[in-house]
This record gives sequence, C-alpha cells and structure tokens, in this order.
Amino acid sequence: MTNRVELPTGRLSRLGRAVADNPPPGPTRPDFWRSPLRGPWLTSVFGSVLLVGITLVFVTGLLSYAAYNPDLSGNNKTSGAGPLGFYLFDWPTSPSWFYRVSQGVHVTVGIVLVPVLLAKLWSVIPKLFTWPPVRSIAQALERVSLLLLVGGAVFTFVTGIANVQYWYVFPGSFYPLHFYAAWTFIAAFVVHVGLKLPTMIRALRSGSMREVFHTDTAHTRPEPPDEHGLVSPAPTAATISRRGALALVGGGSALLFVVTAGQSFGGVLRRTALLSPRFADPDDGPNGFQVNKTAAELGLSDAAQDPGWQLELRGGPDAEPVTLNRDRLLAMPQHTANLPIACVEGWSTSPQQWTGVRLADLTRMAGVDAPVSVYVESLQESGFGTVRLRGNQVLDPDSLLALRVNGADLSLDHGFPARLIVPNNPGVHNTKWVRRLTFEV
Amino acid sequence: MRRLSQSYGAHPAHLVSLLASFVVAGYAAFRLLPQDALGLAVWFVGTAIVHDLVLLPAYAAVDRLVHGPRVDRPEGPPKRLWANYVRVPLALSGLLLLVYFPAILRLSSGFEPTTTLSSDGYLWRWLAITAVLFALGGLAYVIRQRPGRSRGASVPT
Repeated sequence: MTNRVELPTGRLSRLGRAVADNPPPGPTRPDFWRSPLRGPWLTSVFGSVLLVGITLVFVTGLLSYAAYNPDLSGNNKTSGAGPLGFYLFDWPTSPSWFYRVSQGVHVTVGIVLVPVLLAKLWSVIPKLFTWPPVRSIAQALERVSLLLLVGGAVFTFVTGIANVQYWYVFPGSFYPLHFYAAWTFIAAFVVHVGLKLPTMIRALRSGSMREVFHTDTAHTRPEPPDEHGLVSPAPTAATISRRGALALVGGGSALLFVVTAGQSFGGVLRRTALLSPRFADPDDGPNGFQVNKTAAELGLSDAAQDPGWQLELRGGPDAEPVTLNRDRLLAMPQHTANLPIACVEGWSTSPQQWTGVRLADLTRMAGVDAPVSVYVESLQESGFGTVRLRGNQVLDPDSLLALRVNGADLSLDHGFPARLIVPNNPGVHNTKWVRRLTFEV
Repeated sequence: MRRLSQSYGAHPAHLVSLLASFVVAGYAAFRLLPQDALGLAVWFVGTAIVHDLVLLPAYAAVDRLVHGPRVDRPEGPPKRLWANYVRVPLALSGLLLLVYFPAILRLSSGFEPTTTLSSDGYLWRWLAITAVLFALGGLAYVIRQRPGRSRGASVPT
C-alpha cells in the first residue's frame, strides 16, 4: 500500500527535478540574458530612486483625492472610497498655492519617473522567466503579487499619462481607475519593499557609486554572481558603461522634466514645456490664461450670455430664495484676491487677480451664519456641473463669486457671468457659470 | 509553525503581508469590476504583457541593431565606436515619444475643444528635439574622435 503510493510520487518528483533542471530553450535559460550590466546593485539603484519617487507621487495623489472633499455628498468620483478614505481631512484654504505645488509635483514627478521605472523593469526582466515558474506556494503567491505590482504600476502610469493628454482610451472614468489601480499598486509596492529592502541595502553596499563613476565601458565588468538570477552567467562585453547607463536614465528623466515642468510654472517658463499639453497660453489679455472646458464645447454659450441670467441663493429652511442679477452683484462690496488656477492634470497658472463678491457675504444674504457646506450648481449639466464645498472654504475671506479677472469682465470660457474662485481648491471645483448656491447648515 | 513555513516555503509573515495586499487589490476589483470587468482585466494584464513581451523586446532588438553583433570577450574595444552616439539620442527620442505619443500623434479629439489650444506642433517639436539630440550626439562623436585624444578616451562614457 505504502509502496504503491510512494512509487508514483517518486517518479513525479524525479520528473519534476528533470523539468526544473532543463528549462526549454529561450528566455527561461539563464544564459539567454547576456547584458553585463544587470545585477543586484544596478537594480537596487533604480529601486531606491523609485522608493523615494513613488512615495512622493503616492502621497501627493492622496492629497489630491482629499482636495476634492470626497466625503461631502456628491463629490466622490470614485464610486465610494470606503475604507481607503480613512485618512481624509477637511481640505484647507491655506496656503493658497499648496494644491498648485502638490499636484504639479504629482504629475511632473510621475512623468519623470517613467525612464527609471522602465530601467528597473529592464533590469529584472530575467526574473519573469524564472525556471521552474513555480517552486513553492510562497513563490507562487509572490509572483501573483508581482503581477499586481507591475500591472498596477503600468496601469496607474498609463492612465495618468493618457489622462493629462485628454486621451480617454481607458475602460471607464479616469478617477476610479487611477484611484483603485494606485491602491492596488501601492499595496503590492509596500509588500515588495518590505520583502526586498534588506536585499536592496546589501546590494547597494556591495558596489560603490564612486567606483562606477570612474569606470569606462572598456573596464566595465559584470557584478559578482548572485543568488537572485540577475547577473548573466554568459555576459558579453559591455557596450556602455554602468555610469553611461545611469546617465542615460537620468538624462531621460531630466529631458522629460524640461519638456513638462514649465506647464506648472506659467509665465515664460510655460514655453519651455515643449511637449506638455499646456505648452502655450490661449490668448493675450486679461482673460488669456489657461482654459479647461469651453462654453461652446459644453453647449451653454447662449445660456451664459442670456441677459436674464440670475444667481439664486438658498439658505435655511425658513429663508426665501434670493435672486441677484449681475448688476446687483456688481453693486455689492467687491473684493480682490490673487489666486492661481491649478488643475488635477498638473498644469497651473500663475496667480490671477480676481474681483467679485465674497461667498461669506452671499452666505449672510441667504440667511445663514455658519454653513457646513455649499451646494454649487452651474449652467453646465455634465461633469463638474455640481459640486459641494465645505464651510471653511465658503467662509475664507478670499473665496469669491468672481465677476471680473485682471481688470476685465470674465470671458465666456472663464465662467461669465460668474464663477467661483476659492484658495487652494482644485480647478474643477472652482465652478464656472454658476446659477445657484445652496448654503447648507 | 516550522512545519507551516516548510510546506509554504517562507516565513508566515510573508504569507500575511501578501494576503493583506491581495485584500486591497480584491477590494479595488470589487469596486471597479461592475464598470467594465472585461475591459479592466484586459487593460490590467494587457499593459503588463505589452510592456514585458512587446515593448521591452522591441527596444532591445532596435538597440541590438544599433550596437551590432555581440562581443563575447569582456575585454577589447567595442566594434562600433559610433554606436553610443546614436543609441543615446535614439533612446531619449523614443522615451519622449513613448510618454507623449497621444499629443504628438494627435490622438485626442477632446484636446482642442477642452483647452482652446492648437494640437498642431507637437509632432514638429518632437522631431526638432530629436534632431537636436542626434546633432549633439554627432558633435560629441566628432569631438571624441579628434586626433590627439587617446584610444581609451575614444570609448564613450
């Protein structure tokens, strides 16, 4: 009985060993991979850059999510974050430049990391073809986790990069896809870092950056044989030095920075961002700064120019709605605030001089003292046509229902007859073509 | 505990941390899948496959074309002294295309109505940057090959 059971297992394990020892020809054989540069040290250099860079991009991504105040009803674009919104806090109005900087960092650093991510994946590609594909349950699970890591990383980067270029090819709305892919990626990333950090530190200590910087191509040798399967057992002569490879990756990042970052600085620097979506300003003049969505595109040119336009204010349950036309709004005390437009897509404008009525004054007119939030409705019916802002945003003295900008009436594309401008608020929450404000207590 | 580690193949903490990350992924899938399950699966696995099995082999093959046949001896000068002065501009230009091809190839119909900006010019600016990169590569090659430079110094980077 015992023999009859053991015999096949013995055969199977012999067969298993034979298969394990004889990978099929091709990338599963270690000597298929011949670059003399691959090795744990090089991988760890790229890995340590990504550790810092990805962390920065993830944290600024979390901040951007919080900036939308997704806990206020109607604001959430991610079909309900649930437990992933655990860290949310009341998004502040100060400093007014904060979202501009953090979102500029999110998009620019994300793009600048692309060559580092590619180099890191190149450096570990032999591991994809490890033979035998599965050695233990632990290794099998780790490989599933690596699919989530690589799939999540590529998916998150691709959706982000396509979105900032208005190329909506992904299967669904950008917000939930990018949000949940990022969480999937980061969960696998944290586990990966946890498992590999000791290896990374050891590998970094095994080589010397100083020595690499002093070694030319002719003197470039493979790293010592490793247990990870990264160092080629059959390396060719180096065609580029290790410092050359690092310079190429770093140069790629620098080049992407140069053709991208200017769109987040504005002014003359915008013209350096040669390939960025916001390379140019639309126009000269007071309304010549960046536009996101035009009245014509949304089909509301006529409604926005209707002389009968009135703003409706609603407040407490007992208060009657108040309606104000543009002349009456202009007759109210006017305030001026210098605030930028900063988009989730990473571009921004330098501060513009907005003039209009304080939201706090409108709150009182509506018969409300301390609103918890305001529900904003635009003539725009799709997308961000409605939004909720929190009480702290309503009561900030620089939060305006703007009627004029840079000394001129708002242009149609900047939200004529009236738009919101709130310090440190994501661009799409500075609602244009406002028709009704409901202050909620 | 030891028996579990042995049959599993790693420390139990390994299992716990992996399962924790799978829970996050599972929750994300639970939230997203009602949208477009097939599209999502194709995209998630597809992007990884396109990178690993298409993009990487493709750029490696192009690079092989540029730097020529492999030299098995680790010593000795590379066969094509000019190769790196071509492959570096090529790699940088390709990187810009990889990141910005939707703008360069004008793939977005929403760009102009949304931004009021022209989508002309991205292709030309990319080509101009590419030309400058290759010109700089050529210039660097000429400078490195000047008489008086030692043989060793003629090996790029």
